[in-house]
Amino acid sequence: MTETFQSWGMSYEWAWGLATISGILLIALPLMLAVAMIIYVDRKVWAAINLRRGPNVVGPFGLLQSFADGLKVFLQETIIPSAANKGIFILAPIVTFTVALAAWAVVPFSSTAVLADINVGLLYILAISSLSVYGIVMAGWASNSKYPFFSAMRAAAQMISYEVAIGFILICVVLFAGTYNLNDIVRAQEGFGFGLINAYVIHPLLFPMWVMFFISSLAETQRVPFDLTEAESELVAGYQTEYSSMSFALFWLGEYANILLMCVLNAILFFGGWLPPLNIDLIPWFDIPGIVWLLLKTFFFFFMFSWVMATVPRYRYDQLMRLGWKVFLPISLGFVVVISGYLMATGHYGAAA
Amino acid sequence: MIQVFAFYLFAALTVLSAVLVITARNPVHSVLWLILAFFNAAGLMVLVGAEFIAALLVIVYVGAVAVLFLFVVMMLNIDFAELRTGFVKNFPLGIAIALVLLAELVLGIGAYQVGVMELGSASGTAAPIMGRSNVENIGAVLYRDYLFLFEAAGLILLVAMVGAIVLTHRQRPDGARGHQDIGKQVRRRPEDATVMTQPAVGEGIEL
Repeated sequence: MTETFQSWGMSYEWAWGLATISGILLIALPLMLAVAMIIYVDRKVWAAINLRRGPNVVGPFGLLQSFADGLKVFLQETIIPSAANKGIFILAPIVTFTVALAAWAVVPFSSTAVLADINVGLLYILAISSLSVYGIVMAGWASNSKYPFFSAMRAAAQMISYEVAIGFILICVVLFAGTYNLNDIVRAQEGFGFGLINAYVIHPLLFPMWVMFFISSLAETQRVPFDLTEAESELVAGYQTEYSSMSFALFWLGEYANILLMCVLNAILFFGGWLPPLNIDLIPWFDIPGIVWLLLKTFFFFFMFSWVMATVPRYRYDQLMRLGWKVFLPISLGFVVVISGYLMATGHYGAAA
Repeated sequence: MIQVFAFYLFAALTVLSAVLVITARNPVHSVLWLILAFFNAAGLMVLVGAEFIAALLVIVYVGAVAVLFLFVVMMLNIDFAELRTGFVKNFPLGIAIALVLLAELVLGIGAYQVGVMELGSASGTAAPIMGRSNVENIGAVLYRDYLFLFEAAGLILLVAMVGAIVLTHRQRPDGARGHQDIGKQVRRRPEDATVMTQPAVGEGIEL
């Protein structure tokens, strides 16, 4: 994009700056729209599984429900509790929202459509997702109220625990791909399964890792069955209890942007990202742009997220901790050893040593 | 141009937030400023081309260590008045430590100005392998040149971790309060826990 702007007679710095800003807008604005629609999808799927109709009043099929909610929230008054720590109280939803958007910088939508094609893309995502706990912890503490505080404590422990397991799972993928660059990870999956299937997940050693990654991403984004931070039967609304108006909406947007990010990561790391599912040119689907495949896969994973939300009861907190530390951590650590052994034995890294 | 601007932004914010870590009255604010300082330091790392170190700095320090700091500081109900007593008593000790740190800083800068130190493998060549990514270079240094030191450091950390667990872990005997048999909980089925009865009107049920 920089070259295009330069060809219009701008200096390199200006062209670069303008290209970056328009790239950010090109990702962030559709993402906000996607979040609004995905909330609608979430409610519809949930309602269908519960044999209800879900939102069906605002607009055709209720499609505009999220925008109506957004408008309502926008017009409300922002209430700041007098006992709250004002600066941090206001900062917390902003941090959540910003961090949720920042991670999208390295997501490859197709082989060329990526804002920052950096070498350590996967590490960047890990780093940014480890920041998302701060918004919640700051909100919980700054509210100066019991329920948000409990919620913040739970969130901190929960997110740190599952990040450890996610780290090891990502290492398994990196061992197979030999790179941290997300685009190269996708390329490494081309024809991975017998030259036919473009996905890591069909490998018997990586399939269990994907199952664990999916469950860990539920826990990392605090979705049901791991939504203990906002368990309404125990903690009112958790860390959001004292929030109203736009600050509340920012939490929601950030939360769903994080969920979408985890869905995209599932697609990129284990299901071939922007590659078509099969590596054969039976129908001309290599002509379909990569972004369509990526979005279809993402939507599939989001459907799974909603499906889990409608069908699985909430975990108890000690069970959640046990699953993270005593089940996922040892298994994923074992798989790192097994997978590196397997790759050495099959000569994957034979020449390099 | 943009690099210079970014450098001064990151550097100024690092120094500013580091000062605020010390001067902030509220310990939670201190930790938050510390996190900002870490974050800007990571930005400086990116600017010198060490993107791997920057990512590690954010993942390890900001993502894990500082969260635990924040966790502890929030949980503890710190009495600020009590913290400030003893300032005069501890002042000489503080000054001594500050002087030692200052001396180290001066020595370090002096040594840096004399020339480059030959850090490296036994063969004496420590030049980074050009044209390869950060990750590969660090991997080569850690797992080839300094493998034994690296593994020894890992072992020391493992021992420390085992020690911490041994110190805090206590085995609850069967039947004691808080004892849980996870297998038993998982095996439990609705049939074991619930009964369906249809008592006649006016009668209760014996449980």
